[in-house]
Parts: sequence; C-alpha cells; structure tokens
Amino acid sequence: MIRRPFFWIIGLVIAAFVALPAIGNDVQMRESLALACVYITLASNLNLMLGYAGYINFGSIVFFGLGGYICIWLVDSYGWSLALSLLAAGIGVSGLSFIFGLGILRLRGPFFALSTIGIVEGVQAFVENFGPWGGSSGIYISPQVFQPLGGSAQALWVIYFLLVAAMGASLYLSYAIKTSKFGLGLIAIGQNEDAAAILGVPTPRYKALVYSASAFLPAITGGLYFFKGAFIQPSDAFDLTLSTEAIVICMLGGQGTVTGVALGAYLYEELRGYLLTTATFSNFQLVIAGVLLLLIVLFFPSGLMGWIYSRFPRLKRVLE
Amino acid sequence: MLGILASIIDGVLVGLVYGLAAMGLTLIWGVMDVINLTHGAMIVAGMMALYLLVSALGISPYLTLPPVLIGGFFVGVALYWIAIHRMVGRPPLMSLLSTFAVNLILIGVGTAVWGTALFNVELSLPGITIGRYTFPGPHILAAVLAAVIAAALYVFLHYTRIGKALRAVANNREAAELVGIPTTRLLAISVGVGVALAGVSGMLIGTLFPFTILSGDGYQLKSFIVTVLGGFGNPVGALLGGIALGLLEGLVTPFVPVSWTLVIEFALFVLVLIAFPGGIFASRRGAL
Repeated sequence: MIRRPFFWIIGLVIAAFVALPAIGNDVQMRESLALACVYITLASNLNLMLGYAGYINFGSIVFFGLGGYICIWLVDSYGWSLALSLLAAGIGVSGLSFIFGLGILRLRGPFFALSTIGIVEGVQAFVENFGPWGGSSGIYISPQVFQPLGGSAQALWVIYFLLVAAMGASLYLSYAIKTSKFGLGLIAIGQNEDAAAILGVPTPRYKALVYSASAFLPAITGGLYFFKGAFIQPSDAFDLTLSTEAIVICMLGGQGTVTGVALGAYLYEELRGYLLTTATFSNFQLVIAGVLLLLIVLFFPSGLMGWIYSRFPRLKRVLE
Repeated sequence: MLGILASIIDGVLVGLVYGLAAMGLTLIWGVMDVINLTHGAMIVAGMMALYLLVSALGISPYLTLPPVLIGGFFVGVALYWIAIHRMVGRPPLMSLLSTFAVNLILIGVGTAVWGTALFNVELSLPGITIGRYTFPGPHILAAVLAAVIAAALYVFLHYTRIGKALRAVANNREAAELVGIPTTRLLAISVGVGVALAGVSGMLIGTLFPFTILSGDGYQLKSFIVTVLGGFGNPVGALLGGIALGLLEGLVTPFVPVSWTLVIEFALFVLVLIAFPGGIFASRRGAL
C-alpha cells in the first residue's frame, strides 16, 4: 500500500491541514478546517456503509453523539484524561454497534435503513431519560479540564490536531478497507448480497464488522467536538442535520470513492460557510441540502468523481 | 383494572387512525417497491392544512377532510413525477434517497415558515361516558372516519376498474403492461392515493393531539411499525397492524413515561422484522 501514490496523496492532504493554519497562527482558518475535518470523518465512515456495502445508515449521528457523551461524562465525572476518554468512547461505541449490528443487520436493504431511523429516536429517548448524563439539560464541563493541555488557547490547537488525526485515520481506513479482501466482500454485498453469500462471503459478520468499524472514528470525533465546546445536550448530540449532511456529502462526492467523499465534504463545508453568511440562506440550509441531494440522485448518481473519471479516465489508476 | 380497559379501548380508537396512515405507506410499497420517506412530511402537511383552513375559514375541522383528500392526491401525483418516476426499478437505495431529499425540502420550508411552535386545533365534541371513564368525542369520530375511509379504499381496490388495474400492476407490472394497462399513469395514481391517505390521517391526528412541524418523524416511524406488523403491501393488514399498535400503546402508556413509548415500539419493530420478515399478518403474495 505504501508504494501506491494514493497513500502519499492522503499524507499530503493531512500535512496541508496541519501546516496551513499553524503557519500563520490563523484561528479563523483553523475553525473552518476543523469543521471540514468533522465532515470528512463522518462522511468517509458513512461511506464504508453506504458506498461499499450499499446500506444506508440514516443514523450515523448516533456514533458521534454517543461518543461525545461517553467522553464528556468520563472527563467530567471520573476525571479521566482526554486521551483515555476518547479511546474509551471509540471502543465503547464500536463495541455497542457490533452487538447492535449483529441484530439489525439481519434486516436487508430498506428495512435496515428504516431501523437506523428508529435507533436515533431510541438512543435519544434513552439519553434524555438517563440521570447520570444530565437528562435533557445535558452536561457542562468546567474550563479547568483544559489545564492539562496547557490552557484553553493551546488546548484548541491540540484538539484541532487530534481532529485532523481522526480525519487522516478515516481516509486511511477507507483506503485500507477498499483495497483489502474485506472491502471486496463488502462491495460484493453492495452489488448482490445473495450472490455474495453463495460465493462464501460471510455476509452477516462482514456487515456487523463494517458497521462497527464505521462507528469508531466518528465517536472519537464526537468526543473532541463536544470537549471543544465544553458542553453537550441531547438535541445537539443527536442533531439529524449532521447525519443528513453526511449522506449529501457521500452522494455529492461519489459514493464508494475515497477521494470523492473527502472532496465533497470540503466543497460542502465551503458552500455551507458561504451560504450561512447570507441571512436568507441560513434559514434554508436543510432545503438547499435537500435540493442538492435530489438533483444528484436524479441526474448524477455517480457524483463528482463519476464526472471527473469520465473526463480524465487515467485518474482511475491513481485515485481511489 | 377498568382503567386499563378504558386505556386499551382508547388505544384501539387511535390505532385505527395509525392504521389509516400506514395504508398510504404500504400502498405505495406494494405497488412499486418504493419506500416513501416523505410520508412523515405528508402527515404534517395534512395537519397544517387542517390548522390553516380551520383558523382562516372558521369551518368545522371535519369539513377539511375533502380538500385534504383531493389536495393530497395531486401533491402525490406531483411527487411521483418529481422524485419517484426515474427511480422505479432501480436499487431501493436510490428511491430512499430521492424521497428523503424531498422530505428535507418540505420540512426545511416548513420550519422556515412556521418555526417549531406547537399548534392545536380546538374541538368541542361530547364524549361517551361509561362509568367513571369518558371516551373523548374526537377520538371516536376520528376512528369511525378512519374505518370508513379504509373501507372505501378496499372497495376502490377490489370493485373499480382503476383499483383492479392497480392490483394487477402490483402483482406483475410487465404482464399488466402487456394487457394494455397504462402502468406509468397507474403508478402515479397509486402515489397520489397513498399521499392523500397520509394527509387525511395527519388531518385526523391533528384533531386528536397538538403537533409541530417536526411531529411527522414520530408518526412516520409508527407507520413503518404498523406496516411491518400488518405485512408489506397489504392495506387491510395495515388496519389490523394499526389496531395492534394502538392496543400496545394503550397497554404501555399507564406504566412507562411517554418518551419511552416510541423506544418500545421501535424495539418491537426490529424484533418483528427479524422473527417474521414478511410481517405478522402477511398473507400470500399479491395481497393488495
């Protein structure tokens, strides 16, 4: 894998994310790139389900929100360090997803999609009624937790670099899965699940594994995101807007491609930043996401990468 | 004990309305294998039509039924041509995404115009009192209307030319095309009828409970659960499934907090799907 140029292209992207805001100590650019990191992480991990295995997960936000809750709770109530809490959040959410996945992934295609909508409702209702997590009012953490990271100004940089690390890990994960036997099995499931099962792909296990794998990095990103804001509440943690946007990004960039999804996330973040500054559009954010998604699904189902590949077929050899 | 019985009866009354909502979903599913994710938005559209018509014209809430039914039909036909026509016969992933996109647009416009305030339609209808318990009038009337509309749908599907053609299309689209049935037009009609049913059920739910623009998600999930209980593509089963869900709600409500009801229903949804992939009341193929 290391010999392939694509491996180094991802490395370059990560280096750019680290270097660009750090050089000029540009806080505004850092914030905008931090959001791009969140989008890329969520969309790439959703892509493992949507693009590879052909299963729509309408509730990918659950990973993000639960990860945030576990991390904030451990930091706040038990005084765990950030690194340990993040790891616990990632492993905890991944483990839960694996157990859940073995159950709900016995449902095929559209039924699985429907049940993911239910999971969001279920988890949100659970959190709103769960006393230790502050119910519907959420958890605040005191700014003192930033002390071990060297004060709040420096902590924001540390969090940003961790977000970039999670983004980089997501891209490498997508790439590694796509070039592995596991990925081949997933793509076979996406094309024809019955045929894949007959040819010996262990479909239930693969589906549960990819569901669980797609939970790990979003959970960590959720932990970082809410740690940064020092506050978490159910309506923010399980805001369906974000998982909707992740779906739009996957389709915009081109489902099943690594480059396309990252590119789509970056473009969407830029577009959104531009639209939010004009007052008329900020009210219509969901409407615009919806129109975009509808147009893509109706007219460009292969997304941005489909168009790029048709113009420059040679790029197929380099990009994934 | 009597209290639980009363709560169960009330659950069944509300369940009939849920069944009506699910009929709209299951009809579209049965005819063209498309899951309509705008269902929740269409239910809310029915609620908002009720609220706006009643507050603008001051008419009785039940007089809004004909305009909602007719309006819903045309909205459904439009929905078919915009989002579903190009998706029929393609992987289910695509139609899920296209209807989901339309749902986003509708909900987005709705929240931008009306916000997320709570709407309530005032009704004064005498209830029926048995012993210490009173069954509210709106619940009874809504259940009766739901049952009448469901019966009308049954008659439409089984005794009219268009209804029979619809069932033929659901059974085998190619064969229907071969005997000269204009299948595309019938697909559009079935989406129209499905959305009209969603709108009417929303209108009826609006007479029972207060609602917001975002209420649709919960009712959409309930419709899915009812559809799963009743068997896919089986409108009569949907009514039975609705009654079953209403019974369950009536049984559960006295004992657990309201916010858990949906979680319990959802757990049931997954369990039923795993145990009976075709639905509990599923009949033989081509049930429509």
